[in-house]
Amino acid sequence: MTPMLTVEDLAISFATRTGRFEAVRGVSFTLGRERLGIVGESGSGKSLTGRAIMGLTPPSADVTARRLAFDGIDLLTAPPAQRRALRGARLSMVLQDPKYSLDPVMSIGRQIVETLRTHERVSRREARERALDMLAAVQIENPARVFDLYPHEVSGGMGQRAMIAMMLIANPELLIADEPTSALDVTVQLEVLGILDRLVTDRGMGLIFISHDLRLVSSFCDRVLVMYAGRVVEEIAAAELAHARHPYTRGLLACVPVPGHDRHPLPVLDRRPEWRL
Amino acid sequence: MSPTVAAASRTGSRPAARLWRPLLGLIRFAAVVATTFLGLLAVTFFIGRVIPVDPVLAVLGDRAPASAMERVREEMGLNLPLWQQFVLYVRQALSGDFGTSVLTTNAVMDDIRRVFPATIELATLGTLIGTGLGVPLGVLAAVKRGSLTDQIVRVIGLVGYSVPIFWLALLSLLIFYARLGWVAYPGRIGVAFEYSFTSTTGLYLLDALWQGEWEVAWDVFRHIILPASLLGYFSLAYISRMTRSFMLNELGQEYIVAARAKGLSEARIIWCHALRNAAVPLVTVIALSYANLLEGSVLTETVFSWPGLGLYITNSLQNADMNAVLGGTLVIGATFIGINLLSDLLYRLLDPRTHAR
Repeated sequence: MTPMLTVEDLAISFATRTGRFEAVRGVSFTLGRERLGIVGESGSGKSLTGRAIMGLTPPSADVTARRLAFDGIDLLTAPPAQRRALRGARLSMVLQDPKYSLDPVMSIGRQIVETLRTHERVSRREARERALDMLAAVQIENPARVFDLYPHEVSGGMGQRAMIAMMLIANPELLIADEPTSALDVTVQLEVLGILDRLVTDRGMGLIFISHDLRLVSSFCDRVLVMYAGRVVEEIAAAELAHARHPYTRGLLACVPVPGHDRHPLPVLDRRPEWRL
Repeated sequence: MSPTVAAASRTGSRPAARLWRPLLGLIRFAAVVATTFLGLLAVTFFIGRVIPVDPVLAVLGDRAPASAMERVREEMGLNLPLWQQFVLYVRQALSGDFGTSVLTTNAVMDDIRRVFPATIELATLGTLIGTGLGVPLGVLAAVKRGSLTDQIVRVIGLVGYSVPIFWLALLSLLIFYARLGWVAYPGRIGVAFEYSFTSTTGLYLLDALWQGEWEVAWDVFRHIILPASLLGYFSLAYISRMTRSFMLNELGQEYIVAARAKGLSEARIIWCHALRNAAVPLVTVIALSYANLLEGSVLTETVFSWPGLGLYITNSLQNADMNAVLGGTLVIGATFIGINLLSDLLYRLLDPRTHAR
C-alpha cells in the first residue's frame, strides 16, 4: 500500500539580513491512515512542517523537498488552485487557539457552512443541516443555538469544538492538528481530545498531531517524531517511548514530574550543540 | 457576590432586563447627545462673549449716541447676568434662532439653510469618491504589500496628504477647465439655468435628477465634479492609508490562516473576512473624514466660488458678523455630533462583539 502522505527531505528556510535561516532541515516521514505525533520545543520546526504540508507557509518561506506528495499529488509542483481545492476538502488543519482562529465577526454556523459550500455544491438548507449535524458530532448539546452565536460568545472548549467541526465538515482524509488543546483549560483539554479521538477513528482519517507535550502525544498517537532545531532527531513507536535512544528524547522524558514521586530537583533539559548538526 | 447568587439574579431578572435594556440604552444615548450639545452651546456662547467684538457696535456703528447704545444693549439682553444670557441663548438656539446676520440682513438660520446644502452636496460626493476609490486602493496596497503597486498607492496618498489643496484646485482648474474644457467654470450652476431652475432641497444634483431636468443635471455635474474630486482625493489619501494599515493588521491574524486552511479563495478571504473585519474601525475613519468635509472646506469653496458653509463663515468672520459665525459654528458642531453618533451606531451594527445579549 502506498502511503497517503510522503515527506522526503523537507527543508524550509527564510532569507534574513544575516543570511539564510533554516527552520526545517531534511525532515522525512510517511503517513498512512494512522496517527503521527510531532513533538518538539518552540522553534523546532514542528508547526512549520505542518503548514508546509497544507501549503500555508508565509510567502517569505522557501520550501524545498525531494518529494512532498499527498495521495500521489506532488504538492510542490501542484498549481495553487489545486492545492486550494485540497485544503479543507481532503487536507485540513485545526489551529491552536479558537479565540484567534475563528473570524470574530462571522457567526459560527456561517463559518462552518462556508467550508462546506466551498468544496461541495449543496443547497443552503442542506449545508445548514449538515453543519448542525457536525456541531452535534463534536458533542455540542444545542447545535441550533451555537450555530447563530459569534466566537466571542462561546468558551474556549466550545470554540475549539466549532473549529474542529469547521475543519472536518468536508470529510478530509488527513487532519493536521497544530497544538489543538494547548490554549484550553486542562479539564476541557481531555474532552476536546476525546472528541478528536473519536472522529479520527470513526472517519478513518490520518492525523498529524503537533504538540510540545510528549506524554500527551505518546498516549494519543501510534508513532512519534521528535524534532529539535529543525531536524527529526528520533522516530519511535509511541509504545516504545520508554526505550528512546536519543539523549534529547530521554531528556524530555526525564524532566516530566511523576505524581506521587518526590523528585527534587527536577532534571533540566541540557541541549547539546551537536544535536543541531 | 458569590457566583451562584450572581447567576440566580441574572436568570431571575432576564425578562425584565430584556425589556429595559434597549430603553435604558436609548435614555443613555439621549443623555449623551443632550450633554454634548449643551457643552457645544456653552463653548459657542462663551466664545461670543470673550471676543473683542461689541455686538452693539456692530449693529449701530461707532457714531451712535450713548443713549441709543444703552437702549440697544438692553434690548439685546446684554445687561443681564451672564447665566441669564446663557439660558436665553440656549432657548433661542433650540428654536433655531441665531439672530440676524449683519452682513446679509437675513436671519442666520435662513442663510445657513441656503448655504449648508451646497456644502452637504459637495462633501457627500467627495466622500463617496474618496471611499469608493480609497478603500479598494488601500486593500490592494495591503494585499500586495511591498510591491510596486503598494509604493504607488502610498505615493498617491502622501501627495494627497501633503500638497496644499488650494494649489491643486487652481492647477486642476487651469488644466481641466481652462485648457481642456472638460468641466464647467467655478460656481454651482451655469448662468443659463441659474434663474430657470428652482431647487427644493438645495441639493442641485438630486433635485435636477428628480425633476427629470437632464440638461440641468449634466450642467450641475460639470460644475461639482472638479471640487468634489479634489475633496475626494483629499479624503482618499487618508482613507487609503488607514485601510491599508487596518488590512495589514487583519491579514496577519490567525483566522486568515484558518480561512486559507478551509480552502477559501483569496478573493473571499480578502473581501469577506479581512475587509469585513477592517470595516469596523474603518467606519469611524470614513465618518471622521466626512465630518471634516462637512465643516466646509474653506479653501476649496473659495477657489471654486462654491456658496457653501465654509465660505459663508469665512465671509462673516471677516466682517465681524458674530451671529452668523456662531450660528454656523453651532451647525457644524451639531453635524459633528450627529455624524459621530451615526458612526457609533454603524460600529455596533458591524461588530457583534459590541452587541448586548
